[in-house]
Amino acid sequence: MSITLNVNGQDQTVNADPDTPLLYALRNDLELNGPKFGCGLGQCGACTVIVDGKPIFSCLTPIAVLEGKKIRTVEGLGTVEKPGPMQQAFIEEQAAQCGYCIPGMMMRAQALLEKNPAATETQIRTALEPNLCRCGTHMRILRAVKRAGELMQQAGTGGNA
Amino acid sequence: MDDFKKPGGITRRNLLAGGGALVVSFSLTQAFGQSENPPPPPPPTADKPTLPGALNDDPFLDSWIKIDGKGAITVFTGKAELGQGIKTSIPQCAAEELDVPFDAIKLITADTFVTPNEGFTAGSMSMLNSGTAVRNAAAQIRELLIAQAAVKLGVDPATLHAEDGHIVGAKGEKLAYADVVGNIQLHVNAQPVSKLKATKDFKVMGKAQPRVDIPGKVTGGQAFVQDMRPEGMLHGRVVRPPSYHATLIDADIATVEKMPGVVKVVRDGSYLGIIAEQEWQAVKAMRALARSAKWNEKATLPDINHLPETLKSLAVQDGVVADNKTPAVGVVKTVDATFTRPYQMHGSIGPSCAVGHLVDGVTTVWTHTQGVYPDRDAIAQLLGVDKPKVRCIHTEGSGCYGHNGADDAAGDAALLAQQVPGKPVRVQFMREQEHAWDPFGPGMVTHIKIGLNAENKMAAWDYELWSNSHGSRPGSAGALVSSRYLSKPFPEDPQKLVITPLGSGDRNADPLGYDLPHKHVIWHFIKDQPVRQSSMRALGAYCNVFSMESAVGEAAILAGADQVEFRLSHVKDPRGIDVINAAAKNFGWTDWKPAEGRGRGFAYARYKNHACYLAIAVEIEVDKNTGKVRLVRANVGIDSGEIVNPDGIKNQTEGGIIQSMSWTLFEAVQFDRTRITSVDWQTYPIARFGSIPDSIDIEIVPRPGQGFLGTGEGAQGPTAAAIGNAIRDAIGKRLYDLPLTPDKVLAAMAAPAAA
Repeated sequence: MSITLNVNGQDQTVNADPDTPLLYALRNDLELNGPKFGCGLGQCGACTVIVDGKPIFSCLTPIAVLEGKKIRTVEGLGTVEKPGPMQQAFIEEQAAQCGYCIPGMMMRAQALLEKNPAATETQIRTALEPNLCRCGTHMRILRAVKRAGELMQQAGTGGNA
Repeated sequence: MDDFKKPGGITRRNLLAGGGALVVSFSLTQAFGQSENPPPPPPPTADKPTLPGALNDDPFLDSWIKIDGKGAITVFTGKAELGQGIKTSIPQCAAEELDVPFDAIKLITADTFVTPNEGFTAGSMSMLNSGTAVRNAAAQIRELLIAQAAVKLGVDPATLHAEDGHIVGAKGEKLAYADVVGNIQLHVNAQPVSKLKATKDFKVMGKAQPRVDIPGKVTGGQAFVQDMRPEGMLHGRVVRPPSYHATLIDADIATVEKMPGVVKVVRDGSYLGIIAEQEWQAVKAMRALARSAKWNEKATLPDINHLPETLKSLAVQDGVVADNKTPAVGVVKTVDATFTRPYQMHGSIGPSCAVGHLVDGVTTVWTHTQGVYPDRDAIAQLLGVDKPKVRCIHTEGSGCYGHNGADDAAGDAALLAQQVPGKPVRVQFMREQEHAWDPFGPGMVTHIKIGLNAENKMAAWDYELWSNSHGSRPGSAGALVSSRYLSKPFPEDPQKLVITPLGSGDRNADPLGYDLPHKHVIWHFIKDQPVRQSSMRALGAYCNVFSMESAVGEAAILAGADQVEFRLSHVKDPRGIDVINAAAKNFGWTDWKPAEGRGRGFAYARYKNHACYLAIAVEIEVDKNTGKVRLVRANVGIDSGEIVNPDGIKNQTEGGIIQSMSWTLFEAVQFDRTRITSVDWQTYPIARFGSIPDSIDIEIVPRPGQGFLGTGEGAQGPTAAAIGNAIRDAIGKRLYDLPLTPDKVLAAMAAPAAA
């Protein structure tokens, strides 16, 4: 069947079974690399994207329930040439080792900071609890999210480039 | 994918054939006076000089660096980017010695058709082996460029130097590398000694160089093998048996073949695979096939409730790791302790993945293996073809921390690609497959006795360990898990006891860091592998250093000495003393005040006894109601030799501390007598943000002019021991059985005090 998904501000048509998890539609049909397959169980957060302002596990969310909703991935935050504040902060803080978990971390942090760019360290830690990192990059991720909040406050934006 | 990564693109052979230039007669040995001071080299062979780093294995300069007619520089490494940052640090070495900007270097990593064979990217040896080779090759090529420019300009080479991609003379002469490189034959043997730049003259090395891969990874760039989508790609999945020794009775292949999008269902013996057009179709077909499959299973796993006893009861072969043949004298007090470590898993966040493609009889596999050449050999044997008929190209995956499922996925991609010639097949493991079929870091038991003399110094050290090999990597087909379930299965490689300075299960078991009148170390090598096991970050050093440094902590208490002072009084190596002092000073060791529910711990080790020096001081908090332990802060002193990318050293070390903290406080693979039952992140929990420390501080002790020592695994053992020592400090009881979980903390607190 054919479903229209609004991804990073653009309507896109996907031909796939309605039970297809959003993750597979984003990665395969729309060829986006940001959302990652980690567990397919909602336990690791590598697949995290933002839907209508809230972070969700795209591996557990079938596309059938997403028509008309605004879906955002790390690709929607900016580009290599013009990175958004969250991306800029992760680059500045060199907040990656292998980098596989990082886009999911960034999207969950983005959802938090769009509501509260002045989030405290405790709030950031609590918000990121669903997301796993195995390289142990946590200290840098925390610094990067704090830095992203500062950049957003300086720019007075919700965080898109 | 760039040209180098397309089958039929640039290969090593046609790169090498591209030379044909004038051979410059030039003795590098005569010209160079300065040498670096490398760590212990491998034993020299009779007819071959010892060359720096991996030049020893592949001595041709153009195996490592090629400069084309336009002056474009390409560096080749047989090592792979694993998240440790070599795509940044290896070009730093080349840029420095060739005196070009960092951005001028193009790097090609492990590819069996293009790059040198550097075995496995493991053991914290990327910089020691490959970094050293590239740096020396670059320095030697720079001198060849200078020599050729001198001929062209008719001047004394001593009046010339390299500067920003040019050879520059004292009188203002200036030639671009492009102007001279055409006349230089780089297909020449490297010389044993290079004219390396002095640290004070560094422009690129020693500086915090931003990682080249991070901008792409944070903006949705194609970065991982999981992100590959070659034209016409199909999606593969495997159905693994439910347990190691299961055999397939039956599966409903006919029904699954009719499911939407299914291209092929493969059965070979007990091996089951699916190929489908869409990924979600492949997942659904895989699940249907798995549901339909009937298996015969065997209960072959050890009793997890008596793991230490079981490990000690298995057949062993004893090997002497260290024996200074001096009897223990004057011992008046003894620490006697037994430590245990469960099976623990690599736990990559992205399950393993590979893309296989059979074209004109050549199977290309894009894989995140740590060893493209050994994996190539295993896959060739698995497919029954000659080695040149398989090409393995390293393509990044999620961090692996050792031998995880990467090679198995490569094997499956190769197998399934044979079913659909001309079509690329992407095989992606599911989470439960990555978990249950991981070649785990093996369970271990250690027993240590430290004798103190009347002066409260360590006079005697007796240590024994029970462990598997920590190594079942490819090289032969039997190392690939699927090979064991084919109708003509391949046998696993027999496990052998091997004792070398590098160490494996016995890594770091020789207490070389301490000055000891008597030492005796035995490895009770376990041959049987009831649970699949292989190499996980630091191998045996994790449990050995945990055991040894815990016992040293106990010895200091028995001696009534300060933990730092006690260690310093037994360490002779000034580089060890420096990292101990750095960690203690930055922690504020001498000013630290005890507080309720808090403890401090210290540990020190030189990784592998010949790699980086690392000392760590930690503070922990213990919730005495729940038994929960949290690492609050850590201060590290590390000496990795000459610094290439200081931020890379910090990033790796921070990561090592957090990962080791997770192993130490949370992790143990679960199984019943038949099946592995740790199949997801609920049945194998790891650290989440709630358990992350407040701060980690790393001081790098600079060692200008010294060789590279490597970094990646140095923190694993010391972190575990420092946490154990801090728990001892906080609750007055020691925990011996990893992981140090709340139930064990509570049990220890409830136990009567030691006499």
